[in-house]
Amino acid sequence: MALIELKNVNKKYHSGEVIVNAARDITLEITEGSFVAFVGPSGSGKSTLLNLVGCLDMPTSGSISILGTKVDSLDRVARAKFRGDHLGFIFQNFSLIPVLTVYENIEYPLVMVKNLPKEERQEKVRSLLEKVGMLNQMNKYPNQISGGQKQRAAVARALVANPKIVLADEPTANLDSESAMQVIKVMHRMQEELGTTFIFSTHDQKIVEEAEIIYHLKDGIIVDRIDRKLRA
Amino acid sequence: MYMSTILKIAVRNLTRYTRRTLLTATLISIGVIFVIVFGGLASSFKNSMINVITGSLLADIQIHKKGYVESIDNLPLNIFLSSEETAEATKIISGNPNVVASSPRIKFSAMLSNYAQTSGVRLVAIYPDKEIKTCPDLAQRIKGRKDLSSIVNPGEILVPELLFKGLSLKLGDEIVVVATNRDGAVNGVTLRVAGYSEGVMGPSGKDGYIHIEDATSLLRMEIPEISEIAIKLKEFKYLSSSYKKLADTINGDTFEVHTWEHLTPFSTIVKIVDVLILMVRVILTSIVLVSIMNIMMMSVYERIGEIGMIAALGTLPRQILSIFFLEGILLGLISTVVGAIVAVVILTILTITKLEFKFGSMNIALTPGIPWSEMLITVTIVMVISAIATLQPAIKASKLEPVDALGHV
Repeated sequence: MALIELKNVNKKYHSGEVIVNAARDITLEITEGSFVAFVGPSGSGKSTLLNLVGCLDMPTSGSISILGTKVDSLDRVARAKFRGDHLGFIFQNFSLIPVLTVYENIEYPLVMVKNLPKEERQEKVRSLLEKVGMLNQMNKYPNQISGGQKQRAAVARALVANPKIVLADEPTANLDSESAMQVIKVMHRMQEELGTTFIFSTHDQKIVEEAEIIYHLKDGIIVDRIDRKLRA
Repeated sequence: MYMSTILKIAVRNLTRYTRRTLLTATLISIGVIFVIVFGGLASSFKNSMINVITGSLLADIQIHKKGYVESIDNLPLNIFLSSEETAEATKIISGNPNVVASSPRIKFSAMLSNYAQTSGVRLVAIYPDKEIKTCPDLAQRIKGRKDLSSIVNPGEILVPELLFKGLSLKLGDEIVVVATNRDGAVNGVTLRVAGYSEGVMGPSGKDGYIHIEDATSLLRMEIPEISEIAIKLKEFKYLSSSYKKLADTINGDTFEVHTWEHLTPFSTIVKIVDVLILMVRVILTSIVLVSIMNIMMMSVYERIGEIGMIAALGTLPRQILSIFFLEGILLGLISTVVGAIVAVVILTILTITKLEFKFGSMNIALTPGIPWSEMLITVTIVMVISAIATLQPAIKASKLEPVDALGHV
């Protein structure tokens, strides 16, 4: 059974007086544990598609089903709860909370969303810090660490609540190639160890090659789908 | 459990923009200091003046024959309380447990002559023992008299300061007081100058004092009839309740009861002082409202991306609202506490140093103490206004759609 199912999804928005079709009649299915990339040039609709899958945006028409829940019919609060319960996010510009330490940033979803007791939080956070190689940086604030370290901390935060799906919008865009590869490797390892489904958008060819399933987008349409697992 | 994280984020966000937070906090603190110190001093000034006026002239409450106060400027001789009415009023007064003393008075206009010059005078005829219990500060306004055990004896007069100096009188001089009684008969009496009385509001006062026996003789009353009965209460805080009780008990067809406020234009000054305190509070309210709303709107505007990110992570709108709301409330609270502490220090210094000055002929000593009620009101105002000022930006933050906040379309 598909983990994520999009049927005839359209997304239109107004840009000044112009109506932009950011997603056109998108139909796709993503299975559990996949490592999926949305690829395409700027304006191709990959971020829009990621936002729709991440319940950050609502489709103009069509239906989106995630883990069996029709998320397009949820209200704001229910979508926020759904995101907190099932989804993890990694953003292009690292997006750590600047006033919290690395440890506190990773702990944030466990406190604010999951409301777990301290001991359980400590165990989960330390385990993930270790996995992403950030244990010795845990008491530093985001402005005291490098871009690559920030993104590894963001990966840990995205995974700390054991989400089924992690969405990453151009996670390596602001990183040098070495840091970018490190982050992708961390994501890959987490996918293998935890069985998490990773979906990310990118136009970095090196990163694309790491993906198992690649959706090519152009002008809001999926123009190609490559399944490397099948090819292998 | 997440409240501690929200508190942590709020506190750290306040310290994140230290200069901006300090500037706003300082502005609010100065406002709080100003309101509390001004309120304390103004209240102290007001209370001192009320004490002087009630303690040496008007007393707290007065009872008159109905219709007297309307014509009080003319000192009418035909609106007096008869001896029976005085007895009835005295019985009611003595039945009030909050009354400590009362003093019947006769007030009338007269002419005063030192054989060379003549001048008009307003005389207050009193029983000195009763009067001094009712207006204990009166003794301080009596000058030239050495023995103040009885401020005025039969055959003596305390001349108003203005006339004492204007007529070049000396202590022990004999002067003639001439008055018309209510039947139109003119009578005169010779009295010895035993001292002079300072006016409460300044040297323009023309109130002299004589013994009530001399007044009854001068006005040819067989039995004294009374213009007013002045009443002193145990404590000033009983004014409203005692006034109400007296007004409810006494026969309204015969008597009228007035608090000191109804009997002197000075009550207008008191009202002006209260309005000034209110205006200062309104200014403080505006400062807090504008400052906190400004800083919180800036804070939301600068952190839109951050709001989108925490919303994407599953932070609920009410939690986002709490983060910003707590931030504004904390700013208001810290500023108020600092302001209140500084205000207490300033007021303590002022109380110890005792600011003294003359208002008219009144010696006013400002000892503001710590006006706890004023502080409580100020703190409450600042906290309520902080909450109101923070609410709009906090609601705005909580209503942001994550996709818009993150900068995606």
